Amino acid sequence: MTVLREAEKAPGSLVIRRPARPRLARFFNKTLPESLGPRLILILMCALFLLPFWSMATAALKTTQELSTFPPTFFPQSFAWGNFSRAVNYIPFGTFFMNSVYLTFWIALGAAISNPLIAYGFSRINWPGRDVVFGIVMATIFIPFPVLIVALFDIFARLHWIDTFLPMIIPAFFGNPFFIFLMRQFFLGLPNEISEAARIDGANELQTFMYIILPLARPAVAVVVIFAAVAAWGEFLAPLLYLQDESKYPLSIGLQFYRQEHDVSYNLLMAASTLIVIPVVALFLAFQRFFIEGVTVGSVKG
Amino acid sequence: MNAAPRFHLTKADRRNLRTAAPFILPWVIGFFAFTLYPIVYSLYLSFNRYSGIGDAQPVGLSNYRHLTSDPLFWKSLWNTLYYTGLAVPIGLVVAIVLALAMNQRVREVAIYRAAIYLPSILPLFALTFIFIVLLNPRFGFVNYLLTLAHGPEINWLGDQRWTKMSVVLLAQLGAGGPALIFLASLRAVPSDLYESAALDGAGALRRFRHITLPLITPVILYDLIYGTILGVQIFTPAYIPVGGTSGGAAYTAGPDNSLLFYVFYLYKNAFQYSDMGYASAMAWVLFVISVVLALAIMRWSKYWVYYEAA
Repeated sequence: MTVLREAEKAPGSLVIRRPARPRLARFFNKTLPESLGPRLILILMCALFLLPFWSMATAALKTTQELSTFPPTFFPQSFAWGNFSRAVNYIPFGTFFMNSVYLTFWIALGAAISNPLIAYGFSRINWPGRDVVFGIVMATIFIPFPVLIVALFDIFARLHWIDTFLPMIIPAFFGNPFFIFLMRQFFLGLPNEISEAARIDGANELQTFMYIILPLARPAVAVVVIFAAVAAWGEFLAPLLYLQDESKYPLSIGLQFYRQEHDVSYNLLMAASTLIVIPVVALFLAFQRFFIEGVTVGSVKG
Repeated sequence: MNAAPRFHLTKADRRNLRTAAPFILPWVIGFFAFTLYPIVYSLYLSFNRYSGIGDAQPVGLSNYRHLTSDPLFWKSLWNTLYYTGLAVPIGLVVAIVLALAMNQRVREVAIYRAAIYLPSILPLFALTFIFIVLLNPRFGFVNYLLTLAHGPEINWLGDQRWTKMSVVLLAQLGAGGPALIFLASLRAVPSDLYESAALDGAGALRRFRHITLPLITPVILYDLIYGTILGVQIFTPAYIPVGGTSGGAAYTAGPDNSLLFYVFYLYKNAFQYSDMGYASAMAWVLFVISVVLALAIMRWSKYWVYYEAA
């Protein structure tokens, strides 16, 4: 069999072509057995990666009594849908949720405005020292954020920004190295003639950026906005440091209130987690293509 | 500006600089205000005693000297390096294996790819809470599956031998992101290389070892460095199970402080013990450790990274 197939590939070989087998037979004799192994492995991997979701969703729907039994049930015996309304009322979920939405909105907006602008300056204008400075931009990726938190806290305290959303929101308006890189890759791929044409028509650089390049870059801006929003939604350390008043907490910090002195309402906690995860999953399902493009943009560079 | 005597700028250069300035200005301001100044400022603070209120009092090297004799500092450093040393290599292997699986010619592979990638974009704090339930010795699925397989009963977050392993496991949920990058680089390998190697009688394992692996080494290098930088800042998955602020300043971070990671201890010093000078010294040591680790990996990579002559 294998010998025959290899012979077929060799150029100029004199092998009489076999009559085409019916497609169904081909599927059962060749396609299915060959893809069965990889398929099983992939399904197993997915099961492992989806197990946390399953654990969360089922725990969210179990009664407190069912949740504490051993062995755990893989499927809730009765659906305690009431957990969701109890979870929302147990802590000021609505307030925390709106704070998270507010933070996410402003951080995503800041990313959408700043990163294309900065990346344009690092790609479509050829100024002396540009690539050296861009090297510094990239180097900042490797500075761990916690290294800065003590000094940043003191700086923000002097600005009276503590217990406001400003320490999270304002830095987003000054660019992020990952997003600058991503936008720059996109801009470098646009032909120079576009800018030339605009310049001949008398447009200055800012006009060229605003009216010619930026509209073309909408898919890349969408990638930046999506990733900035997902990151803002999950932000933990910064709000933990800078916010004190409970009414300003986002969900990431607010979830701790499901924990009492010696007791945690795990089913309520998982119901709340489900409500937090659902927007991210929805965003992913709606914009899958953008996510995949955003992750792989670095590998295009080679 | 100060470099003007050495570099001769043509008229066009100067015009381009002027044109580019408004575009890059936001980054320049942000870089000075939110990165460079805090780094320099924390170096200053590290030579002072400072509670966050009032004036800083210069104390020379005393914060750094205190570090060397602080058992909790060494414990937190050990915990962090232990975690990073496990999480990064394991994460690398997991990402490559996932990428190889996602590269199989299976018609509905996009569905599997989505399912594997999805956990990596979920908020880490939510994943941590989910993991606390998943790993619970009483009602969690993981131990139940282990008992079904006649495996050991593990008190994941209650036994100091397993707490860091729990966080390593949690980190693997994020492997979908790097796996997609590896997948892209696998796709970029020219298929005629595999075909000619197969004709020469090379098996799948040898083709992986001698064709795939060398061509994905640049991505491996990126993953190692970035993974290490992320690894040393691990915080959320330790802070949340320990109970956060509710326990006050006296509580230990996990059984026998086994979850007292470097940044956790830094956080406690700065914001619970109000010892900003000491925390700044810790921040600077972490900064130096990160740079040294990144440079060491970079140098080491010269022996194994394969760059195509292009």
